[in-house]
Amino acid sequence: MTLTVEVRHQFGAFHLDASFVSSGRLTALFGSSGSGKTSIVNLIGGLVRPREGRIAIDGRVLVDTKADIFIPKHQRRIGYVFQDARLFPHLSIRQNLQYGRWFTAVAERVTDFDGIVGLLGLESLLDRKPNLLSGGEKQRVAIGRALLASPKLLLMDEPLASLDDARKAEILPYIERLRDEAKTPIVYVSHAISEVARLATDIVVMSNGRVLASGAARDIMQRLDLIPAGERGETGAVIDMVMASYDDAFDISVLRSAAGDIRTPGKASAIGERLRVRIRARDVMIAMEKPRGLSALNVLEGTVVQIGETSGPLVEIRLMCGGEAVISRITRQSLHVLQLHTGMTVFAVVKTVSFDAGNVSPGVNAGLLE
Amino acid sequence: MNMGWMELSPEEWDAVYLSVKVAAWAMVASLPLGVLTALLLARREFWGKSVVNGLVHLPLILPPVVTGYLLLLTFGARGPAGSFLAENFGIVFSFRWTGAALACAVMGFPLMVRAIRLSIEAVDRKLEAAAGTLGASPFWVFLTITLPLTLPGIVAGMILSFAKAMGEFGATITFVSNIPRQTQTLPSAIYTFTQVPGGDASALRLTIISIIISMGALIASELLARRIGRRMDIE
Repeated sequence: MTLTVEVRHQFGAFHLDASFVSSGRLTALFGSSGSGKTSIVNLIGGLVRPREGRIAIDGRVLVDTKADIFIPKHQRRIGYVFQDARLFPHLSIRQNLQYGRWFTAVAERVTDFDGIVGLLGLESLLDRKPNLLSGGEKQRVAIGRALLASPKLLLMDEPLASLDDARKAEILPYIERLRDEAKTPIVYVSHAISEVARLATDIVVMSNGRVLASGAARDIMQRLDLIPAGERGETGAVIDMVMASYDDAFDISVLRSAAGDIRTPGKASAIGERLRVRIRARDVMIAMEKPRGLSALNVLEGTVVQIGETSGPLVEIRLMCGGEAVISRITRQSLHVLQLHTGMTVFAVVKTVSFDAGNVSPGVNAGLLE
Repeated sequence: MNMGWMELSPEEWDAVYLSVKVAAWAMVASLPLGVLTALLLARREFWGKSVVNGLVHLPLILPPVVTGYLLLLTFGARGPAGSFLAENFGIVFSFRWTGAALACAVMGFPLMVRAIRLSIEAVDRKLEAAAGTLGASPFWVFLTITLPLTLPGIVAGMILSFAKAMGEFGATITFVSNIPRQTQTLPSAIYTFTQVPGGDASALRLTIISIIISMGALIASELLARRIGRRMDIE
């Protein structure tokens, strides 16, 4: 599936002028609030008609203002999971889930009810009313409802924004399963870099109604200039790794990648499984020599390839470790003391403790990336 | 205590029966137009909207006698609408119970439209947008989302219209007069009995009946609204 978006639109004083193409399984629209992310999904979903532009999925044109084409939202077959779940209050959960199926021709029903209910863990909720559900449960129902309408594309507009951390942690695995197991590609709006780093296969970075950059997640995540200053500590490299071994005695997993071995606490996965590991910039220290007598278990040898903007007290350093990028966030003072410059060989040190569950997640099955 | 005095005479029964029939017809017949008008006023912007809004509310402000007289001029035997309907459809209003129902429907219309309009305006349009993304066309969105969520307001509007019809006097008597078994509703009958010697007992009996019916309608609407509310569990 390839999504092509090329739109210009005006909302009051806000001007949207955005173009991108994505074929990812989960394309994240990332940017601060007010950058135009939600406007983009509203245009894709048909909730808003663009003043000018063209939106197409593969060969199917949804909007083309030049050709005077505008397919209304109920004929687009694009699922939409709203930030506020928007469940129908007068219908039971089962009826909410089946709502879209009433309007889907039998031949086009690709998602099976029991499968989706199982995938999202909704079995026990079916006969309840929406107002008795927690925020996390509502959002899971909303995802199921959208999927059961057999959409060609699923839009998710900050589906976790109104939830607390515990609820977020409850839903994230479901979205990962959706990305890896369901056949529907997803466009996911978020302003949280941690969600994007964990979920996205592709990223479109937005700012002030414009697209700053778009491309594969691993390429975008290591661009130092794209991430808002406040979020930079949360950013970092996303590296695909393979579970190599598990040490029973110390309860430590060893993950292998081109950058070197990384140890993470607990049993991350089964041996041989692919994992996606996020190494936050703020968890990475830089040493000039291979450290000895240090509690941190992960030491990756690499070369400094880029030094970020140096105006504030902190600075990001990009290293290449065996072909994989690793980003480190250090103080400008350290940069000065160590006299770092591009081309230098250094060692990136990462505490094993910094790999919590949120940073190690199932890898995207490459075979599904069409 | 001897309750024999509460026993209704045939004429009194006729008035009760006619009143309920007229009020029920007025309520049911004006409902589709009431929902449509409420929808138009709540959801559409169009040229002359304030004029339409004014016309709908006119019976609330005008003296009922004036409304009745205007109905007589328009829907009476020689009125333009009256003669047209009689010739082409055989519908006659003047001095018939149908005329009483029309007068009651017109008088209750602003109350009905107001209640339904408020409840349509309270429906979260985001839910309608969500239904649209699930494949429902605007017609189905209205039928499966807007209408069910408006139900409490529709019930309230119907009860208001019915109650107004039960009490309507001025417009009815002006338009279709006060003919026993034909246009003599409860208020007209009570009025008639107070005008004749020895009619006090009849007037009192009908007054009590009137209170019982009105209270019954009110309680029924409360129960219905509560049941709908519980079924929907709207936060």
